[in-house]
Amino acid sequence: MGLRGEAAIVGVAEYPHRRKYDGPRMFMLEQWAALARNALDDAGLEAREIDGLVCSDIRESGMFVPATVVEYLGQPVNFAERIDLGGATAVGMIWRAAAAIELGICEVVVCALPALPIPSNPTPQPLNPMVFFQSSSPNWGSPQAEFDIPYGNLAQNCGYAMIAQRYAAQYGYDAEAMAKLVVDQRASAAINPNAAFFGRPVTCEDVLASKMIADPLHMLEIVMPVAGGGAVIVASKEVAARCKHRPAWVTGFGEHLTIKTPTYARDMCVTPVGPASEQAFAMAGLTPDLVNAAEIYDCYTITVLLTLEDAGFCAKGEGMRFIRENDLTWRGNFPVNTHGGQLGMGQAGAAGGMTQVVEATRQVMGRCEQRQVAGCDAVYVSGTGGVMSEQSALILQGG
Amino acid sequence: MDVELLKPLPVPTPVSLPFWEGLAEGKVRLQKCDACRTWVFYPRSRCSCCLSDQLRWRDVSGRGTLYTFTIARQPTSPHFASDTPQLLAVVELEEGVRLTTNLVHVAEADIRVGMRVKACFERVSPDITLLKFQPA
Repeated sequence: MGLRGEAAIVGVAEYPHRRKYDGPRMFMLEQWAALARNALDDAGLEAREIDGLVCSDIRESGMFVPATVVEYLGQPVNFAERIDLGGATAVGMIWRAAAAIELGICEVVVCALPALPIPSNPTPQPLNPMVFFQSSSPNWGSPQAEFDIPYGNLAQNCGYAMIAQRYAAQYGYDAEAMAKLVVDQRASAAINPNAAFFGRPVTCEDVLASKMIADPLHMLEIVMPVAGGGAVIVASKEVAARCKHRPAWVTGFGEHLTIKTPTYARDMCVTPVGPASEQAFAMAGLTPDLVNAAEIYDCYTITVLLTLEDAGFCAKGEGMRFIRENDLTWRGNFPVNTHGGQLGMGQAGAAGGMTQVVEATRQVMGRCEQRQVAGCDAVYVSGTGGVMSEQSALILQGG
Repeated sequence: MDVELLKPLPVPTPVSLPFWEGLAEGKVRLQKCDACRTWVFYPRSRCSCCLSDQLRWRDVSGRGTLYTFTIARQPTSPHFASDTPQLLAVVELEEGVRLTTNLVHVAEADIRVGMRVKACFERVSPDITLLKFQPA
C-alpha cells in the first residue's frame, strides 16, 4: 500500500515570518507567483516545467481557485487540487502531489501557501462575521452555529484548552514540562532568521508568568499570528536527478479525520494523528525511533504533547516525562521543531504547517546551517487542522 | 469594540426544532435510533452510527458528568466580552452523548472534571432557551 518513494521535494521558498510586516503588500495571486518562482529557482527548474499545482484558499477568489492560479501563473497543468484541511493542508498537499507524480500524470508540482498581508481595499467592505467566528461556521444549519457558537465555543483556544484539561484529569499535568517545550523550541527559533522570535529565547518562568488565556494554556503556549508563507516543489525521480539539492523523498504519509468539534470526539485525548502516523511509518518502513528529527505541528503545546504520544514517540500518558527528560532543541537528543516551530516562527494562518514541511526538507537537504541536525536522513512531519479534527503525517528521507 | 455585539443565538432547523422546543419547556430531549439503539447528539436526520432514518425523540433526565472544561479569560469573541471569564464545558449525559455548554452556579475553584452536573435552562430570547449545567 502507498507510495514507492519516487517523488521528492526538490525546492523550497519561505517568506520571513514577521509580526509586523513592513514589505510591499501583494495579492495572494502575486505571492503565489513569487513563491513559485523562488521555489523553482531553489530547485533549478524553469516555470514552463510546472505541470501540477496544489493550492488552498486565496483571498481574491472564493471558487475556481486552481484555475485562477493556473491562469495567473500562465502555466497549464495536468493535476490541480484545492486543499481544505486547515493546519493539515501543507502535509496534505505534499502527499497528494507525490501520489499524482507516482501515478505518472505530472512531474513538477508547485504547492504554495501565501500569507502576507494583501493591499488595503479602496472600497470599504461590510464586516465579515467570519472575522469573529474564524474556524467555526456561523451559517444556518451548521452544527457549530447551532450547538457551539451560542455557548462561546468558537475559534481554537478554548477547544485546545478543554483537551488539555481533559488530559490533565486522565493522565496528570505538569505545567513546567509544557513550559520547557516552549523554551526548547524558542531556543531553536532564536537562531533562525526567518522566525518571528529570532534572537528572543525564553525561560520556563517567562512562559508560566505569561497571561493565562484559557486554563491551562498560557499566552506563550499559543502561536502568535504573523505574516509569512511558503512553497515547495515536488518532483519526479527523473526531474529530481537534475535538481540542485539532495532530494527529500516522500516515502510515507497518512491522513485521518474524525470530527470538527472535539466535543464529539470518542476520546478527546486520542487524536487522529495516531492512525495517520502509523500509516506513514508503515509506508516508509520506519519506526518512530529511527527518525532524526520531528517537525510537529504546534499551534499549542498540547498539540505537540498529544502528537508525541499518539505518533508513537512515547507511550500514552508519558508525554510530559518525555519532554522533561529529552533535549528537544535542534542540538538535542530528540530534535523537535528545529526551526522553532510555529511557537517560535509565529503562525502565518493556514500557511503555518508549511514551515514544518520546509524545515524538514531543509534538514534532509542539509541546508539548515547553524541549526542543522547532524546526519539527518529521515524526518517526521505532522499537520493538524481544526481542533485536533484532521491530522496528517509525512516521512521525508534522504536518498 | 465600542458597542456590545448581540450574542449569536441558535436558529433551529426543521430537524432540530424539537430539541429547542423541549428546552423552552424545561426538558432535555435527545434522539435515539430505533434501528441500532444509539443515542444521537446533535440532532440529525440520520443516525450517526448506522445512518438509519429511524430516529425518535425521547425525554431524558438532563443529568451527567463534566467531561472537561476551560475558563476563558479572554473573550472567545467580542460578543462574549461581558461574560468573561467564560466557563466553557463539555458535559457527558447519562445516555453517553456529549454536548458543549456553559457551567453556571459554580465557583471556579469548585469545578472538577468528572463532577456530577444537572441541566438548567436559560431563556435568552422569546424563542430560544440555552441548555446550561450546574453541580448536581
